[in-house]
Amino acid sequence: MKKKRNRVIPGFGLTLGITVTMLSLLILLPLASVLIRSFELTPAEFWETITRSNVVGAFRTSILCALIAAAINCVFGLILAWILERYEFPDKRLIDGMIELPFALPTAVAGITLAKMYSDQGALGQALNRIGIQGSYSRVGLVIALVFVGIPFVVRSIQPVLRKLPASCEEAALMLGASKGFTFRHVILPELTPALLTGFGLALARGIGEYGSVIYISGNSSKNGTQVVSYVIMQKLNSGSADYVGAAAIALVLLAISFLLMFLLNLVQWFSARRTR
Amino acid sequence: MNCNLMNPKNLTKLTALGLCVCLLAGALTGCGSSSGEVSEEADSDVVELLNVSYDPTREFYEAYNELFTAYYEETYGITVEVTQSHGGSGSQARSVIEGNEADVVTLALAHDITLIEQEGMIDEGWLDEFDNNSSPYTSTIVFLVRAGNEKDIQDWDDLLQEGVDIITPDPKSSGGACWNFLAAWYYFLQQDGSDEAWIKENMRQLYANVLVMDSGARGATTTFVENGQGDVLIAWENEALQTMADYPDEYEIITPSVSILAEPSVAIVDENVADHGTAEVAQDYLEYLYTDDAQRLIGEYYYRPTNEEILSEFSDVFDLDVVLCTIDDFGGWDQAYETFFQDDAIFDEIYNS
Repeated sequence: MKKKRNRVIPGFGLTLGITVTMLSLLILLPLASVLIRSFELTPAEFWETITRSNVVGAFRTSILCALIAAAINCVFGLILAWILERYEFPDKRLIDGMIELPFALPTAVAGITLAKMYSDQGALGQALNRIGIQGSYSRVGLVIALVFVGIPFVVRSIQPVLRKLPASCEEAALMLGASKGFTFRHVILPELTPALLTGFGLALARGIGEYGSVIYISGNSSKNGTQVVSYVIMQKLNSGSADYVGAAAIALVLLAISFLLMFLLNLVQWFSARRTR
Repeated sequence: MNCNLMNPKNLTKLTALGLCVCLLAGALTGCGSSSGEVSEEADSDVVELLNVSYDPTREFYEAYNELFTAYYEETYGITVEVTQSHGGSGSQARSVIEGNEADVVTLALAHDITLIEQEGMIDEGWLDEFDNNSSPYTSTIVFLVRAGNEKDIQDWDDLLQEGVDIITPDPKSSGGACWNFLAAWYYFLQQDGSDEAWIKENMRQLYANVLVMDSGARGATTTFVENGQGDVLIAWENEALQTMADYPDEYEIITPSVSILAEPSVAIVDENVADHGTAEVAQDYLEYLYTDDAQRLIGEYYYRPTNEEILSEFSDVFDLDVVLCTIDDFGGWDQAYETFFQDDAIFDEIYNS
């Protein structure tokens, strides 16, 4: 117990107590109530609720669009982080700060703005229309909104790793005769993979449950496959029956899927971290 | 591990912290309730009233509150401070059930108030507490089309044509959208009431033409007006008239031959007014909606006054010839909800097929 005195911040018991209390009050208890609510259904009813065609369709839409958006974010997030860490240019700090705007802006504001810009009456939507793509009120619109909300996760995950990766590593590889592509694939990318996966996972998890930004751009049509899971949950609560239990059942499945995805990503990350060691 | 949870010293600390949190929570809630009492006792001449309403009534109630507080101060010497809350009707009802301390609710459908009644917060029989099924104003469902009415939309059956893009919200999420659905259903029922399969087929075609299904009435208006989507918006008459007033030359209102009488209901939340001691003011607040002054104000904000005389003053604003069915034609809201809108009911059947 003597070692304890050497710690910079004392009071392990107190801080752990605060942590556990906060976690319980803000995360564990609400999640537990979702679980308990959904247990009000018999297993058969539960299964029927979550396998209804519109619910399954919504899960498919949410997961697919979130996957595509997270993948797009990985590519462009990497480029953004690279530019911000490896180059000096005027107003760099300004651009660096702008990355966080999607966090700061209310998602509904973003959603309404995007819906207008990418509708066939909006400037960007007209351009997309010309090449035969419908922006707002389609899955394309969903992906656009999710790219918007997801990009900071990827950039902010990669940046610190890139910062710590000395440019001399790349220089050494080039000096030893590696091509640029080889250097990127075998020197830089392996170092970035865990961070990239973290960013991907965060963007994906956020995307699957996103509500505010997608609701205005999606069109919410179960027939056109543009209903997302969070909308179906709201629909259950808003409708005349105020179906808490059904909403909780769907939320539980959403939670399980997110949990599983995060778990898988951590597993992959853990393996890749071991391999590089 | 240096610090063991089971170490008695740490355990004591944890317990102490737990107690602190409990005390703090207790103190906070204590503060809340005691300050509530104080404000009631001390400000006997200022009464606070919370009116939980739905989206499109925002502008009307802002004006009405001014009218009401001026009248109340003059008559009783009591200053009333009315706070407004607006949102989708269903979610507003839910917020009251979950503890939003509404003194009065003024929602889009009687069904939403019934949900609060079922929680025991509103006494039974509220529907007859005020005149006209506790509806001081009504509205109906009309079409808003772009100027020129290019697709020549005159009545419900014109909506079935191929190439007509309709904007209407999702009946499974929006109360307003339920009215839209029922009005259309009633039209086809009038055409051939004996053949339900035929009605369903027409409704299926109508909803196949729906381009964007927003989650609420305001969202649908935004999609149609701001984002320029669709040829026709199936809308509340008051929203349509408001849009016409805002953009005079860009739109036309088409009143179909048959529509539905939407009766937004008002009620006192008995449990909450008992706690707040505001029963009397709440009663007066809702009753005053039926006075001539308020009824005229209602008309100015494009709702139909329920006072027939005052309604006739607005005959140049409203099309009074339209045949209106009521929710009673569908056996009341609970019945209508069960038949049409719950999971696997008629709406799911026609929309997902």
